[in-house]
Amino acid sequence: MSTVYNLKREAEKPARLTGGHRLCAGCGAGIVVSGVLRALDKEDRAVVVNATSCLEVSTFMYPYTAYMDSYIHSAFENSAATCSGVIAAYNALKRRGKVEGTVKFITFGGDGGTYDIGLQSLSGAMERGHDMVYVCYDNEAYMNTGIQRSSSTPHFARTTTTPVGSVGQGKKQNKKDLTEILVAHNIPYIAQTAPIGNFKDLHTKSYKAIYTKGPCFLNVLSPCPRGWDYPTEKLAEVAMLAVDTCVWPLYEVEEGVWRLTYIPKKKLPVEDFLRLQGRFRHMFQKGNEWMIEEAQAYVDQKWERLLERTGA
Amino acid sequence: MNNCLSGNEAVAYAIKQINPDVMGAFPITPSTEIPQYVAQYVADGEVNTEYVTVESEHSSMSVCIAAQAAGARSVCATSSCGLALMYEVLYVAASCRLPITLACVNRALSGPININNDHSDSMGARDTGWIQIYAENNQEAYDNFLMAVPIGEAPSVRLPVMTCMDGFITSHAVENIELMETDVVRKFIREYNPENYLLKKENPLAVGPYDVSPYYMEHKVLEAEAMKAAKARILEVTAEFEKISGRHYGLFEEYRMEDAELALVLIGSSAGTAKAAVDKLREDGIKAGLVKIRVFRPFPSEELARALAGTKAVAVMDKSEGFSANGGPLFAETRSALYDLKERPYLIDIVFGLGGRDVNTEDIEKLFGRLANIAVTGEIGPVYTHMGQRSKEEKA
Ligand SMILES: Cc1ncc(C[n+]2csc(CCOP(=O)(O)OP(=O)(O)O)c2C)c(N)n1
Ligand code: SF4
Ligand SMILES: [Mg+2]
Repeated sequence: MSTVYNLKREAEKPARLTGGHRLCAGCGAGIVVSGVLRALDKEDRAVVVNATSCLEVSTFMYPYTAYMDSYIHSAFENSAATCSGVIAAYNALKRRGKVEGTVKFITFGGDGGTYDIGLQSLSGAMERGHDMVYVCYDNEAYMNTGIQRSSSTPHFARTTTTPVGSVGQGKKQNKKDLTEILVAHNIPYIAQTAPIGNFKDLHTKSYKAIYTKGPCFLNVLSPCPRGWDYPTEKLAEVAMLAVDTCVWPLYEVEEGVWRLTYIPKKKLPVEDFLRLQGRFRHMFQKGNEWMIEEAQAYVDQKWERLLERTGA
Repeated sequence: MNNCLSGNEAVAYAIKQINPDVMGAFPITPSTEIPQYVAQYVADGEVNTEYVTVESEHSSMSVCIAAQAAGARSVCATSSCGLALMYEVLYVAASCRLPITLACVNRALSGPININNDHSDSMGARDTGWIQIYAENNQEAYDNFLMAVPIGEAPSVRLPVMTCMDGFITSHAVENIELMETDVVRKFIREYNPENYLLKKENPLAVGPYDVSPYYMEHKVLEAEAMKAAKARILEVTAEFEKISGRHYGLFEEYRMEDAELALVLIGSSAGTAKAAVDKLREDGIKAGLVKIRVFRPFPSEELARALAGTKAVAVMDKSEGFSANGGPLFAETRSALYDLKERPYLIDIVFGLGGRDVNTEDIEKLFGRLANIAVTGEIGPVYTHMGQRSKEEKA
């Protein structure tokens, strides 16, 4: 198969996440999941593992599954352990001649299920070295339970547990850098990506993650029109702005080598990304200019560090 | 084969003979030796089990759930806080109808932290949808683990099974036990060939849905029906097991109950002590007897009522507190079982042995003394008391 990315060819593959699921209109999660699954070679089977989340309740509501492949959901915090169990079964049954063909193992967890409650299970699975891809679709809050903050929620963002009021100004802390935590696990492949443009970045990284032996991790920004409070039709624009402002840089770490996969032609000011979203609205009130300055300074500092690391 | 083994080694040996596809392994006293023995079997090539050294018991049970759903026979072992940490996913295992086998080596729950035996861990999991079978001694620990596999995997059941033994008392004490030949074991447990599983090529499967109210209750009723069906299956398997081992098991064991007027109902290794006390009392002409519950889930309600129907006074001995302010869990079940009898014996509850507190034959004899008194006077006194605690006046 040609390794040159061709959107048309990829789009012609039969969808592995079918329509008819119940994700909100304009939800990034469905695009991320179908984009990742599309990277599977046609002839390969997969078992999809999912943590409790918007994605889970929307794609496998009894008696309908949106997945063409086998799928398992067990709980919120154990998706990486669950995937470990499926792989253990695969290895055992393979050894005993009870299963044929190539099966790939892909886990999807939200940021809550990955940065927070499932971090231990994820860390354990990565350390043990199971041949899986763990995909965090990061919408920066607990959306399924109604937009509560997670450790992935960015500084100043308004959520239902970090509300804005006469004293409160949204989330007090910065976003946890989970991708770097995964880098510290010394696994073969880690990447940060987003559903932008013709999905080449998402596709290429998914393909690498799926077909690299050993545990691989993808952190995929997954805009949520409800939680981020932007008009549904602006999904592509919001995702693109996250990348062009360097709020969400696209990079990969392959066998310990850091590489930027996208350098914005013109690094846009962070406020271009913030302005589109209701969750940051209070930052634009008079007297709150310091918030935007702080947000910009944080992004700049992280970006500089990333440039150093990647030697770009 | 006659062998001298600890309870833990006996269960590990059963695992070796089963050679399960997958084992989730995490240490906690007093069950730690079980995964340790199995690790050595793996290292020595005596089993080809996929041995997953997880980072917590929550993950250990999660691995077993996923592996079993994927088509593999899975086992694990734990105790106390480890079982408590699994609590959430124990329900997932049962509701997905996955016949995992778990060895629970009973230990008190924190807090305060205590490593010795009582039944608070598995009693806390009694309503999770798992079958629970308790052992009195090493032989039973071994036999129960082997029987658990064909019980849980039967199409009429398809439920996970927890085999319980008393921490240290059974798990660490070395006893002479009878082991079966491995080929006999293999024939008895059969190959695991589930009808549907994640890795089945012809038919992808989705497990663990978001279940809405028009379906959830139907699914729960199916699970409840499976638990009811388990009783018949357990008796089928014990009968089959008797043929190959010569050892007879029922839902519970009745000890000198034929004409008993005073009886105890209890679970686990304390049955040994109680039997000695019963023998002694019988020598003195007292009609004492004992019912040792083996299968707690499904609870053998009608059978127990029948066994106790002729008695005058019964003491239930609960090795866990329960904090219902109304007696322990075994008491609640027993009292409920007796409700439909036309003539009911007097019934009291004794909570005992918490956190490894010893109970000896004199304690039990004294308890029978109290029962004799109740039978004559009809005066029950306090219905629910604790045995052997030092701070209060001992009432039992
Ligand atoms: C142990 C446990 N705690 C809490 C919940 C409730 N819960 C379900 S989904 C969810 C939030 C999921 O957030 P995330 O992982 O970010 O996914 P999202 O819904 O945002 O896509 C929570 C809190 C649960 N199901 N289990
Ligand atoms: S709430 Fe957000 S993440 Fe959840 S389905 Fe809707 S858009 Fe998607
Ligand atoms: Mg989220």
